[in-house]
Amino acid sequence: MANIIPVSKTVGVNKMVATLSIPYPLGDPSTSIEEQWKVRYHRVGVALNALMTNIEDQTLFSTKF
Amino acid sequence: MKKAILYINQFFAGIGGEEKADHAPEIREGVVGPGLALKSHLGKDVQITHTIICGDNYMGSHTDEAITEILSLLSNEEFDIFFAGPAFRAGRYGAACGHICKAVQDNFNVTAITSMNDENPGVEMFRKELYIFKGAASAAGMRKDTKSMARFALKVLGNEHLLSAMEEGYYSRGIRRQVVTNPPVLAADRVVDMFINKLYNKPFETELEIPEIDRVPIAPPINKLGDATIALITSGGIVPVDNPDRIQSASATRWGRYSVEGIDKLLAGEYKTIHAGFDPTAANNDPNIIMPIDVMKSYESEGVIGKLHEYFYATVGTGTTQAEASRMGQEMLEKLKEANVDGVILTST
Repeated sequence: MANIIPVSKTVGVNKMVATLSIPYPLGDPSTSIEEQWKVRYHRVGVALNALMTNIEDQTLFSTKF
Repeated sequence: MKKAILYINQFFAGIGGEEKADHAPEIREGVVGPGLALKSHLGKDVQITHTIICGDNYMGSHTDEAITEILSLLSNEEFDIFFAGPAFRAGRYGAACGHICKAVQDNFNVTAITSMNDENPGVEMFRKELYIFKGAASAAGMRKDTKSMARFALKVLGNEHLLSAMEEGYYSRGIRRQVVTNPPVLAADRVVDMFINKLYNKPFETELEIPEIDRVPIAPPINKLGDATIALITSGGIVPVDNPDRIQSASATRWGRYSVEGIDKLLAGEYKTIHAGFDPTAANNDPNIIMPIDVMKSYESEGVIGKLHEYFYATVGTGTTQAEASRMGQEMLEKLKEANVDGVILTST
């Protein structure tokens, strides 16, 4: 889970999930606590799904929010 | 007078070729084979007192025994520096030189120097741990290669100021160090100069060589997430507030693991980030935004995952070299394997 996906690609990460920013990857402090939880729960969930997914090449898993 | 010991294989000792490659380790007093060339470059202040000889296949197929035997042969001797090779493009010889140099360095705390051609697989195996000088493809380069090894040895023994890998002529070990440029030119000016040269297709020299990428094979997918143990690792520097492992805020060489058993989230004031590469305010107010313990505990209680591994792992990923990062990753991996962890989510900043 990383913010600068091109760097992750360059260093060879196989399964990638994008985060929100560098200082707050999984919860924007300008939004409500509930909103932060929702985003974090969703994106970590995408990462968990990625662990179960069979891939052939480097893959960026898409997030809804 | 400083003392040196040289390691060579059976071929360069004149014992024989492939048919003698099983030759067991022996020690001889004085100089044998390539030692003559090395001796001529070392001058009067350094004496090669002994030569260790071992067959390449012996070292290749009984590595541990060969190293143990050689270390025991060396244990009776006093020496200030250790040489091996040069190994040119001979792969087994290169690996042998690497193995023995590393063992000697680790056990006797003396500098070990070898030389190999860039095509020698021993270079990639040992470059991070040893001074391996850039050598010729064949023994035709004997004089030149022994000269580079000797020249550097004299500097080490004389406690002289050592320059960068590129300037000294050995393969970069992946270590970065701060230096003051002479004449002093600001980094901003240097980078713009480099960029202009690049735009005009003129030659320029990078100050940060990007190492070749070490591709990791894609892990097989986890079949039953509901039975799996998942661990969390971050390079975002989340640690207990007193940073018990004293992990550096930049160019980290240390990592830590911290128990999350019995807690359902990381609390501000108990955990913080020590990463010096971004504004820590948000993460210090809520460490879960970098180390998402809270949602993982939730996934655990919902039964989506079998278990969240009882520790999270952390280091700092700014200015950290790939060499250090890969070492720390290997060390973490051992712990994760011991705990039968099935999958890992890494969060970076």
